[in-house]
Amino acid sequence: MKRIYMDHNATTPLREAVLETMLPYLRDQFGNASSLHFFGMQARAAIEAAREQVATALGAQPDEIVFTGCGTESDNQAIKGVAWANRDRGNHIVTSSIEHKAVMETCRYLEAQGFQVTYLPVDRYGMVSPDAVAGAITDRTVLVSVMFANNEVGTIQPIAEIGQVCRERGVTFHTDAIQAVGKLPIDVTDLGVDMLSLSAHKLYGPKGVGALYVREGVHADPLLHGGQQEGRRRAATENVAGIVGLGKATELQVEDMASEAERLTALRERLYAGLAARIDHVHRNGHPTRCLPGTLDVSFEYVEGEAIILGLDLAGVAVSSGSACTSASPEPSHVLLAMGVEPTSAQGSVRFSLGHENTAADVDYVVETLPPIIERLRAMSVLTPQPSFHETASAQ
Amino acid sequence: MTLKTHIGGYQKVTGFGFYSDKVIDHFQNPRNVGKIEDADGVGVAGSESCGDMVQITIKVRDDRIEDVKFKTYGCGAAIAISSIATELIKGEMLEDALQVSNQDVVEALAGLPPVKMHCSLLAEEAIKAAIADYQNRMRNDTR
Repeated sequence: MKRIYMDHNATTPLREAVLETMLPYLRDQFGNASSLHFFGMQARAAIEAAREQVATALGAQPDEIVFTGCGTESDNQAIKGVAWANRDRGNHIVTSSIEHKAVMETCRYLEAQGFQVTYLPVDRYGMVSPDAVAGAITDRTVLVSVMFANNEVGTIQPIAEIGQVCRERGVTFHTDAIQAVGKLPIDVTDLGVDMLSLSAHKLYGPKGVGALYVREGVHADPLLHGGQQEGRRRAATENVAGIVGLGKATELQVEDMASEAERLTALRERLYAGLAARIDHVHRNGHPTRCLPGTLDVSFEYVEGEAIILGLDLAGVAVSSGSACTSASPEPSHVLLAMGVEPTSAQGSVRFSLGHENTAADVDYVVETLPPIIERLRAMSVLTPQPSFHETASAQ
Repeated sequence: MTLKTHIGGYQKVTGFGFYSDKVIDHFQNPRNVGKIEDADGVGVAGSESCGDMVQITIKVRDDRIEDVKFKTYGCGAAIAISSIATELIKGEMLEDALQVSNQDVVEALAGLPPVKMHCSLLAEEAIKAAIADYQNRMRNDTR
């Protein structure tokens, strides 16, 4: 069966060129970067070259990049690290209600430790208001953490404006940019960002490696204590091949970012237009223009998202849903609920996230394949009066 | 030994590829879909906001389920469960239909991922509600 992958916000395939740069470090260049001999120096040089590549992509200094084990670790490091390091100054954190679990659950953990957290609301497009950030900051606030672009609906936050607010109030500003790096232009200085999380496997790099940008002068306690790696900011023998892969992946992503963004935006609009023309009761979730190029989140009324995913998977199309029916009381996506999307509408949401390999032919295949799946599920759904299943089936 | 069970548990939850062929068959080709318009009993379980809702309609003659149809709003497992549950009770005496448990349904589907076990309760609940509705109507008729 032909397989179409449209779940790039979950993970991306490794670029061939990235794999090639990694392989030597999985073979003969196996040294520990802390060793003082030839093998160690080879590994050290590779890591520092990767640090430059990542720093260049963000408009940062190489020293300001800390390699981590994943995006989740970067988020944990930023939030817990700043909270712990500034306990004598304050105990308040400002974040949004649409963050990824890596940020949300870290904040919840800190709440249980006695910190106070403000979860800012969003508008119907999933946008945080910079004024709301300003209004939430108190003299006890030690950190603001607002994601760059949302993983489910793709909405891009007003990062520069929030950065400006934080700068004026002297509060450290962290952004989870895991979905944004390599897709949107980012300059940490222009944006007033103090800390930024990124992950390699979202940008055609390997899994198991990420990075955290930490502006010089920002204090954060480390999560991992031990050796002196990463300027004592993250003890652990470095994942050399992974770091090399992250550096190369970031460099390549930024290289063709503008043209790829244009191409993916066109594919995204083609997909939405095609689906909206063929299927009734369809809503787009997220901002229609201030949105990640390849991300499209759509609610199909009267049907449940996971059933759509299964139907599409059986037809060879891989997508995901904000709905997860995994417990006795399945909760629809917290992001969609925060945006004011009706719970039933949120249950029927599907996220298409397009990437490098996707073509117009792939989009057209989905536009052809999905309408009969929705029709079939609606015909057996208890939620809406529909023609009987057999009538629908024989009409196809 | 423990580890093996542990990994097995994870394997089952990781994706649709871990649904049995039987589940996929009932999802793709559900039996007894629809609503009996002049039903003798109607049962509904679940709620739309929870993303899982099953409606069962039955036609009863001489205490036997002559016909049964379902409509389900829910995930693939919920649809497959509803479908096979209607097959299990169709033609059965009411008392036997009431004995059909969610375990029977799961067995008939050749297993379900652990995270989907809760879905199996929904069909059982809807069937019991439909039979109770029928029995209620009968009682009211004889009064």
